[in-house]
Amino acid sequence: MIEDLLTASVVASGIRIATPYLFASLGETFGQRSGVLNLGVDGVMLMGAFCSFWAVSEFTPQGSQTWDATALAMGVLVAILVGLLMGLATAFINVTLKAEQGISGIGIYLFGLGMSDLLFQKTFDQVAIINGFPKVGFPNFLTDLPVLGEVLFQHTLLVYMAFALVPVTWFVLNKTTLGLNIRAVGQNPEAADAMGISVTRVRYFTVTLGGVLAALAGATLSIAQHNVFQQNMTAGQGFIAVALVYFGAWRARGVLFGALLFSLVTALQLKAGTVGIDIPDEYLSMTPYVLTIIALVFASQRIDQPAALTKPFDRGE
Amino acid sequence: MPNAKLLPTGQARIEHMEMRGIVKRFPGVLAADHINFDVRAGEVHALLGENGAGKSTLMKILYGLYQQNEGDIFLNGERVFIKSPADAIALGIGMIHQHFMLVPSLTVAENVALGLKSSRGLLLDLDVVTNRINDLAKTYGLHIDPSAPVWQLAVGERQRVEIIKALYRGAALLILDEPTAVLTPQEVDDLFVTFNQMVDDGHALIFISHKLHEVLAISHRISVLRDGKHVGTVPTREATKQSLARMMVGREVLLQYDRPPVEVGPPRLQVTDARAASDQGTEALRGVSLDVRAGEILGLAGVSGNGQRELAEVIFGLRPMTGGTINIEGRDVTGQPASILNTMGMSYIPEERMVDGVIKDFTVAENLILQDHGLPVYSRNIFLRPGAIAQRCAELIQNFNIRTPSQETPIKSLSGGNIQKLVLARELARAPRVLIAAQPTRGVDIGATEYIHQRLLDQRAKGTATLLISEDLDEIMALSDRIAVIYEGEIMGVVDRANASIEQLGLLMAGVRQETTAEQSA
Repeated sequence: MIEDLLTASVVASGIRIATPYLFASLGETFGQRSGVLNLGVDGVMLMGAFCSFWAVSEFTPQGSQTWDATALAMGVLVAILVGLLMGLATAFINVTLKAEQGISGIGIYLFGLGMSDLLFQKTFDQVAIINGFPKVGFPNFLTDLPVLGEVLFQHTLLVYMAFALVPVTWFVLNKTTLGLNIRAVGQNPEAADAMGISVTRVRYFTVTLGGVLAALAGATLSIAQHNVFQQNMTAGQGFIAVALVYFGAWRARGVLFGALLFSLVTALQLKAGTVGIDIPDEYLSMTPYVLTIIALVFASQRIDQPAALTKPFDRGE
Repeated sequence: MPNAKLLPTGQARIEHMEMRGIVKRFPGVLAADHINFDVRAGEVHALLGENGAGKSTLMKILYGLYQQNEGDIFLNGERVFIKSPADAIALGIGMIHQHFMLVPSLTVAENVALGLKSSRGLLLDLDVVTNRINDLAKTYGLHIDPSAPVWQLAVGERQRVEIIKALYRGAALLILDEPTAVLTPQEVDDLFVTFNQMVDDGHALIFISHKLHEVLAISHRISVLRDGKHVGTVPTREATKQSLARMMVGREVLLQYDRPPVEVGPPRLQVTDARAASDQGTEALRGVSLDVRAGEILGLAGVSGNGQRELAEVIFGLRPMTGGTINIEGRDVTGQPASILNTMGMSYIPEERMVDGVIKDFTVAENLILQDHGLPVYSRNIFLRPGAIAQRCAELIQNFNIRTPSQETPIKSLSGGNIQKLVLARELARAPRVLIAAQPTRGVDIGATEYIHQRLLDQRAKGTATLLISEDLDEIMALSDRIAVIYEGEIMGVVDRANASIEQLGLLMAGVRQETTAEQSA
């Protein structure tokens, strides 16, 4: 039974499923490391998913049966733009207006949820399918490798971008002046401010970056994996992404581990349904979430937890 | 000498800094009212005043944290505009804040590098920073390990990091906001050696404090602020403690108290071989034995973190003991909760008054009846009696001279001194037989300190047995009948105040056990 489940295709599917989580969670890691909790990730993902879907559909030449590079580039570009705008809006609400972050995030989520569906209904009058990202054209000797070929070399460009983002995130946070500023602002904004660092500027940057990456996470779903858009297609993945940041103890490699674990369990659960294991479907669907809750309860690595998380900065003047 | 105008760090000196007619308004408060202040290279200018007198406001303006509403700042005769700490740093002004501005999770080098331009552009250059820290440490005798995370450092070491941070940024003028508040007498001496060297090298230092003897020891000139106004500036050699205290408070202040002899009664509080663990699970108390008698103040001296907090909590039933016993008036109360101890006449003035002493979002009245709100005086069945409460609180506010706009004011908007007077009022109103006072005047201004000290002496006259836990040796010396010194969870010795000297206590506080008893040396 286990042999039926843990196949190369399941692992490959786990890696695909992990991609949007990586984008969204790494983006959220930047924000949280600087002290801003953005619970609205799911809403930004939905907006990114819809807008990139719309752009690909709009820029694909009429009657084209295959993927179009310009259209896909426009899709990604539009996602980045939407993420930028929503990220800036989030930063404005949380940093400038000093809103209660637990509540404002829910507002941003609901906005994204409603707005993406409204726009979808106004622009598409029937179910539409687009030609999304193709697999990267690796040489045959790689793609044909037993097991590894399927696990590693048969993914879209976005999958590789997401995984490349893990070491990049680690490097930026730990080896650059920007990363030091981000960590300091999240741990002790008063100290950072006294050292001449603009807390506001750092937080605008991280939250906006988080918005862009969340929108890319959404785009991954709509223009690389499912190639459709539907109402609430993220189904709460943005919230799981926020949880994964805690799970990963605010570290890039922790987030990677969490995202892979969660995604593999999800992939196994999908597979279990098809090989006809005699467990009610509901229980299987629950497992990734239950696992996340258990892991969060027992996750104890808290050294990098930003002390100023969710606390707006005020000089006290 | 061509280099006469440069500091050892290679920075240009600030020969003269002058603030003229500085006004700062906060909603409802005039925090700085046309204040003039200046400092020259090679001098320490002390800024003295009670909490809320405007010292910190003035210095935050100089460091760019606040913007003045009126007035100008001049550096070497030139008018400057300081809109942010970054501007101040660029002009050669550094500030050591009262609450350290360090990020505990980062290393010393990372804390120093914070906000600096890296020699490698976007990449961090911590090795370069480390080398320069080591150079500065050598020049100024500030020993520190650049790779240590700050949370592992002792308070004195953190202070050195702060000074290095400022020097690293080329500070020619340093603002020192109560830099000695958390140090031992020996650490203060070391710090003053560093300050004197910096002054000799041509730095300008502004020293903020409310400890009169320190101000007299380190400064060249002293300016006193009161209620946002500049009261006066005097050369230090013409100043005395008494004259400074009068300028600060605006009236004569008692710096030494009458301690009429009180007949000492039987022991009311006996601690025998008390053992307990710290929050981290290490051994905090290693067999502490003490007794406090009726009509006596026993001072417990020691450097912060040597078991004082744990001892107070153990006695008041807030921390489990791993061994030993506590007796109150001959009754074994080991392991009894605070609520029982309260009814037996024990009161506790906790060290962290904002955490353990009051509920900061509650009103003055609510905080005054805390713990006692279930008593028949304040409640009938499940209902509070607002009339009775208001009447009782009005009495306490008047008797204890608590300055508050009303009983309904949230306590967090009161000054530290008034909050402490409120805690004192609540605890003393119970007419305690045993009183544990932990750091009763920390962060409290001179006027309120004098008042609190008088109250503790009144209790002594009434026969209360008081355990006074304090890190302020002056306070211990002023009030105690006997002095016990705690070091790493052990009592190093108990001496009569009459025979005690600061040097002897300092040695005990550093863990050097006395060879001769107090009686023999006397």
